[in-house]
Amino acid sequence: MPAIEILGLEKTYSVGFWRKRPKRALHPLQLTVEDGEIFGFLGPNGAGKTTTLKLLMGLVFPTAGSARILGREWTDPQVKAQIGFLPEQPYFYDYLTAHELLEYYGQLSGVPAKQRKQRVEQVLHQVGLRDVQGLQLRKFSKGMLQRVGIAQAILHDPKIVFFDEPMSGLDPMGRREVRDLMEQLKHQGKTVFFSTHILSDAETLCDRVAIIHMGELRGVGAVEDLTSSIHGKVEVIWQGTQVPLSVKALGAECHVSGDRVRAIIDENQQEAMVDALRRERQRLIAITPVRTSLEAYFVEKLRRAETTAGTSA
Amino acid sequence: MKPRQKTTMVASACLILSLAASLFVLNRIDQLRPQATLDEVLFLSSPKVIQRASLGYDGLMACIYWTRAVQYFGYRHHNFAASYNLLAPLLEITTHLDPHLVVAYEFGSSFLAPKPPQGAGQPERALQLMQYGIQNNPDNWRLYYDLGFVYYMELRDYKQAAATFERGSHVPNAHPFLKILAAQMAQHAGEYETARMLWSATYQTTQDKQIKENAVEHLRALRVDEDVKHLQEAVTRFGERTGRLPASMAELVAAEGLAGTPADPDGHPYKLTPEGRVEVRVPEDFPFATRGLPPGFKPKFRGIL
Amino acid sequence: MRTRIAYIASNTFREAVRDRVLYNLIAFALLLSGAAILVGQISIEIEKLVVINLGLTAVSLFGVVIAIFIGIGLVSKEIEKRTLYTVLSRPVRRWEFIVGKFFGLAGTLVVNTFFMAIGVFAALFYVSHKFVRADALLLVALYFIILEFLIICSLALLFSSFSSPLLSAVFAFSLFVIGSFAEDLRNFAGMAHGVSRWLATGAAYLVPNFSAFNVITSIAHEQPVAGQLVLQNTLYALFYAAMALSGAVLIFEYRDLK
Repeated sequence: MPAIEILGLEKTYSVGFWRKRPKRALHPLQLTVEDGEIFGFLGPNGAGKTTTLKLLMGLVFPTAGSARILGREWTDPQVKAQIGFLPEQPYFYDYLTAHELLEYYGQLSGVPAKQRKQRVEQVLHQVGLRDVQGLQLRKFSKGMLQRVGIAQAILHDPKIVFFDEPMSGLDPMGRREVRDLMEQLKHQGKTVFFSTHILSDAETLCDRVAIIHMGELRGVGAVEDLTSSIHGKVEVIWQGTQVPLSVKALGAECHVSGDRVRAIIDENQQEAMVDALRRERQRLIAITPVRTSLEAYFVEKLRRAETTAGTSA
Repeated sequence: MKPRQKTTMVASACLILSLAASLFVLNRIDQLRPQATLDEVLFLSSPKVIQRASLGYDGLMACIYWTRAVQYFGYRHHNFAASYNLLAPLLEITTHLDPHLVVAYEFGSSFLAPKPPQGAGQPERALQLMQYGIQNNPDNWRLYYDLGFVYYMELRDYKQAAATFERGSHVPNAHPFLKILAAQMAQHAGEYETARMLWSATYQTTQDKQIKENAVEHLRALRVDEDVKHLQEAVTRFGERTGRLPASMAELVAAEGLAGTPADPDGHPYKLTPEGRVEVRVPEDFPFATRGLPPGFKPKFRGIL
Repeated sequence: MRTRIAYIASNTFREAVRDRVLYNLIAFALLLSGAAILVGQISIEIEKLVVINLGLTAVSLFGVVIAIFIGIGLVSKEIEKRTLYTVLSRPVRRWEFIVGKFFGLAGTLVVNTFFMAIGVFAALFYVSHKFVRADALLLVALYFIILEFLIICSLALLFSSFSSPLLSAVFAFSLFVIGSFAEDLRNFAGMAHGVSRWLATGAAYLVPNFSAFNVITSIAHEQPVAGQLVLQNTLYALFYAAMALSGAVLIFEYRDLK
């Protein structure tokens, strides 16, 4: 059973005071997220990522369409106990401490009283917040608030976690920690659905991604597949300070930096390259298939979409 | 959508039911508190205190107190009250808050002076109110009229009435009848014609419904008084001629050559009792009549004290 | 369900307390004690009158101001600050949220009034040096004031569910003032004619009937309050608050949290 099935959810807002113009925030969306995977929902700002999440959370009501979460209608109240949500740039009751906030959320999520205190401690530890006893949330830094946000999302041990821009406002250390945490969640068997516009995060973390732009889905698929080497090139790195003639003869692009040389050659030249290097007694360091980056895929998709929009407009 | 539909249904039902219930209870509360708005007047009859409490919104408070005064009097008058203790304070508060609310003075002149159940029976306070009004509105001829009215109707002080009407006639844009009334006072104070003039003037110049109705009642009573007086005189003449009382009204009419069967303003023919008294058929319909009432007739007090 | 409402209510109460709302009690205490001492130097007859009138009026006005100023932000502030997102993504129904907020605010006011009541009785004791049976009437007046608060809270919450804080404050305050003259308004309406009579009567009956709750003047003169009135006022407050809350629930149920 898929964890999330989005069945044609769409949202059109009426904008303006007198003459209401319709503004389509989300075109009918068809999307499936499998159980236990980390799914990235990618798109530039204003693409409709947050709208989709808000629709799934029941914060906003769809103009049409429906969704199923864990096999139930997304409006089913019982679903809420099994999902966690971290909104973008979260803000919490600033007069509470982190402990009080989590305790309150635990109460609302139905975490039994006996386990609550323990669970709060556990979760705070998990997100790396220590020594925050008695400190009111109004005094927390952005990064700390983000961690609190993650904490409240996983507090009640939900099966699916929804993160909206989880890395925003974090420094590289923080982002690394969040990435590790998401991997942890996946290992615990949870499904993670997160939206971001930072592609490198998606590339390393996600099993599958979807790309959304101007409210429309532009591409879905496993990261592997989307970035699979189209051009069939490999990158060879060896120790050396200059390019041997025999290597040059293979017609490779070479680049020297420090005591290493990098060359990009065709896949079928791989054998020849290795032979050449052995003959020249050059020390081989690495052979890696060159993948199209997710970024390239992304940009290409968007550009194509804009051209279509331009011609049809 | 199911849970949302359920909530919508329950909330809508709750809204409608509680609305209906609250209106029902509100009705009951209103019945419990017929004179509730007058709490302050019962306990604080100093207009100054109320003025301070108005925080500068005197005009609005004057309107509110004026409405309360009208309601107070109307409610009690409808139930033939025996006293109207709060009428004077209410009017005093109203005029203190807004000295230019002329209709309040008119109301006072019509209803403060007469005796219950027609009024509060406090002619002195009526005089005070009128004088206060004139002080604050010296160019309003209407107030002189109202003051003169009180002197004439309740205090029967014809000299003062004449003097007041005379003063009033000098006010710019004064109604011409003030001069006429002044003259009339001097010569024919106690006559029906004068009284009729006054009540007609009141009727024509006021906007207030209750004052108008009151004037009409007085005019009707005047008619009755006049009719009964003439009929009684006819009975006397009959008696002097024939040495006995007429056997019936018809006989009197025939013998004295009166035009048709005499009837009161409601169309009911006057009665002629065996003792020779002329009476109206339904005395309750003419609360201000002084003649034509059965002996020992007392107007009803319907229980508001 | 009930426990969630209780949790939301207690969190709302906690917010009010940490928002230093209860500091108003200090201002109140100063006002009342100042007045009591001042008045203690005038003639005996009206000391008690002043303390009761001033005390009860202050309880009422302070409370109304607090009710409005906290109430208007209850929903709109949460939406604006987006604190609501993480609450509603939990198994909390929207209507539970509204009802919980209501009880939290009402609870805050009841506690506040309780402390103020102590203050009034203390001031009363100071000027009269003893309590008489009639002083128990103050409890009736305070009870009516609390009933007023229930209505105001529900109205503030209603406006907060769809309107900005500023507008909500204006509406709520206007209804308080108009409601204090509700009986006069019904009299006015009774004297109008035609269409305006219907409209005015409709308005006069929909406006909250605060005039019936204000027994301060009569209680200051030791006039008893009819038991029937206590009952009817209680029912009225409950029904009216239920009506306003139902409205708030309905509006909030359909609101997109953009």
